[in-house]
Amino acid sequence: MKKIIITLLFLLFGTYANADCNIKSGSINILANDFPALRTLVETAKGCKGSADFKVTHSSEHNKIAVPALTANPSEFSVRVAANSSIVPLMNGGLIRPMDDLVKKYGKGIQDSQLITIDGKVMAVAFMANTQHLYVRTDVLKENGIAIPKTYEEVVAAAEKIRAAGKMKHPYAAAYKAGWNLAEEFVNMYIGHGGEFFKSGSAEPNVNNAKGVATLNMLKKLADLSNPDYLTHDSEAIKVEWESGNVAIMTLWASRSGTLLDDEGDAKITAATKLVAPATVGGGNIPAATLWWDGFTLAKNRPDADAEASFRALAHAASSKEMVAKAADQAVWLVEGFVPGPKSVGVIEAVKMGAKPYPMLPQMGLMHGALGSEIVEFLQGNESAEQALKDVEAAYTSKAKEQGFL
Amino acid sequence: MPNKTFFWFFLPTGLAMILFIGLPIISAGVQSLYAKHDQIVKEVKKCDPFGCTVSIIVDQEQTSKLKEEKPLGKFNGFGTYIDRNHLAIDEISKFWNETDSFDEFTDQVFNLPFYKALIFTLTYCLFVTPNVLLLGFLIALSLNAVTRRIRGPLIFGTILPMIVTPLVGSLVLFWMIDAEGIIGANLQNLMNDPYLSLKSSKTLTWITIIIYGIWHHSPFAFVVFYAALQTVPQEPIEAAIIDGASRFQRIIHIVLPHIYPVVTFVALISLMDNFRVFEPIIGFSAEGSAQSLSWLIYDNLVNEEVILFGSAAATSMMTIIGIAILLAPVLIRTWREFRTVR
Repeated sequence: MKKIIITLLFLLFGTYANADCNIKSGSINILANDFPALRTLVETAKGCKGSADFKVTHSSEHNKIAVPALTANPSEFSVRVAANSSIVPLMNGGLIRPMDDLVKKYGKGIQDSQLITIDGKVMAVAFMANTQHLYVRTDVLKENGIAIPKTYEEVVAAAEKIRAAGKMKHPYAAAYKAGWNLAEEFVNMYIGHGGEFFKSGSAEPNVNNAKGVATLNMLKKLADLSNPDYLTHDSEAIKVEWESGNVAIMTLWASRSGTLLDDEGDAKITAATKLVAPATVGGGNIPAATLWWDGFTLAKNRPDADAEASFRALAHAASSKEMVAKAADQAVWLVEGFVPGPKSVGVIEAVKMGAKPYPMLPQMGLMHGALGSEIVEFLQGNESAEQALKDVEAAYTSKAKEQGFL
Repeated sequence: MPNKTFFWFFLPTGLAMILFIGLPIISAGVQSLYAKHDQIVKEVKKCDPFGCTVSIIVDQEQTSKLKEEKPLGKFNGFGTYIDRNHLAIDEISKFWNETDSFDEFTDQVFNLPFYKALIFTLTYCLFVTPNVLLLGFLIALSLNAVTRRIRGPLIFGTILPMIVTPLVGSLVLFWMIDAEGIIGANLQNLMNDPYLSLKSSKTLTWITIIIYGIWHHSPFAFVVFYAALQTVPQEPIEAAIIDGASRFQRIIHIVLPHIYPVVTFVALISLMDNFRVFEPIIGFSAEGSAQSLSWLIYDNLVNEEVILFGSAAATSMMTIIGIAILLAPVLIRTWREFRTVR
């Protein structure tokens, strides 16, 4: 805990050294998700490409392309910008290379805290942190005499009050789209209840318990306060709901705040939008949220020259003081020289409150997949919580058997 | 056409089919019999910006050794086919023994992913195919009866649903039925229920997708039927008019028998198409309420961060078998007719 705060302080006041940018050869091809902060990072990297080839693919479907593209030899991409969850399939398949040598040679501006080390080897360099936290409409809360909610129980009470006042029909929103998004909400809430996904030391599932049931019941309560189409709403859709003024309390990614608070849209809503800490649940003291990092990894199936060129360009971006100063409101940068603004509140509070990182386990992707499809029927009211959790475990178990984890 | 000429005529197509359809099917079939090697994991220290933990990773050295020895994976026989996410033989027999009533039993079975997808796929086929045939035929008849001058623009308008990309078509409808959309909001007003949502109710989602399917596929049936209607000889129809046959009788006794082979053809093609229903589920973001067999394959291949090749291959094989079973009656009938003609 203390260490994390020290790390964050260190990030802010560390020393600065310019990355070497005299790249003579090699080719750089980047695969990354598509949101403003990543575009900024890639643009910064492009600024120091020298005479190397430079290509980039920004896609929100990046998860679907990554493994097949990096499995090919030579791989299509030399760099994959990944997060805690998406680095796992790359590690499972042995598709990325350790970069200790490169860090030693060219990583002067990168701080130790940015290095993702697995088994003592540097496998990724992180440059930003992310989490899901609460967004509130201060005007609506004030009008109804509600304090900013700190727990999900308070969120439910507040939303019910706003609905009862006739102000909004569906005052709460979160990305509950069946599949990955919904599963992510379960993961957050289950961790908030202090749950563990697997029996300790094994890949046996462990969600069918009292904590799992409490998690589902809380999700259902929140879903009932959301737009009835919640099962089709992803982060983009709920952002639209927010900007139309239909929502007063929302759980959303910190990285999505940029476009939410820009000059477009209703100025009154933008002015009243406040980013606050993530909520806790069920009397727990850690937030019902997971911490994420975004970082870059290097493909194994590419010539060393490409890896070197790629590392130098990306390392330049991941240590660029100028970039974090210019794009300070796009993300919570882990790069030194970053001064947190009002948009970083969610992540910084989450770290202070002791939020846990998303579990980086080889079999977690299968659990996430099983959750995304099997808890839907409970939310629709067609199934009991126990049955839904039993289905999750059964679906996970047969997939894990096929994948050789059990 | 002599058989020899036919053979040479068909050869390029046949080769392409073997290369691009036959071989991939065989490869998928082989793949479905294998599962991944047992994952050898080891405990390591992982550090990230949020601190260090002791956690597990897949041991690359040992795993790559296993992979080199047997690149296909661990032989699993029909293990994947009968596991819970597919045919679920064990689970079904358990349900059969444990449940008291047949209703409860079917509830349990249709809670399994494969059967859930199968029942939607079959329902979709069952409702869409006959309606497409009927609607396509009715439109063809009506258009055939209007004056030539306005027929061109009308035909164009009618085949629009087919021209629109399925994904775009379903997205347009998806936004219209949104709780804030033109259809969704009006329905709420009409029913006086502010919480009514076409997207959250399973039944309503199914109905929406089925209606979309009919809308999207009818033009195909219409085009083929319309072409066939142009070949109906006029003499028997005139004779029937003189005999005093009504319009309905003429259609039943003269037009339909004449275009019957075309009806079979359209039925076959649309059954096959409908059994592979996929795009509307994505377009309508209906994964929560409606899953089809094709969607299951897609889900196994892209929605998980871990790609389940064995599962996807097994579902593919079962889809092929499913189509074969569905088409069997029509195919057998065509074959018999073919023999009698000879």
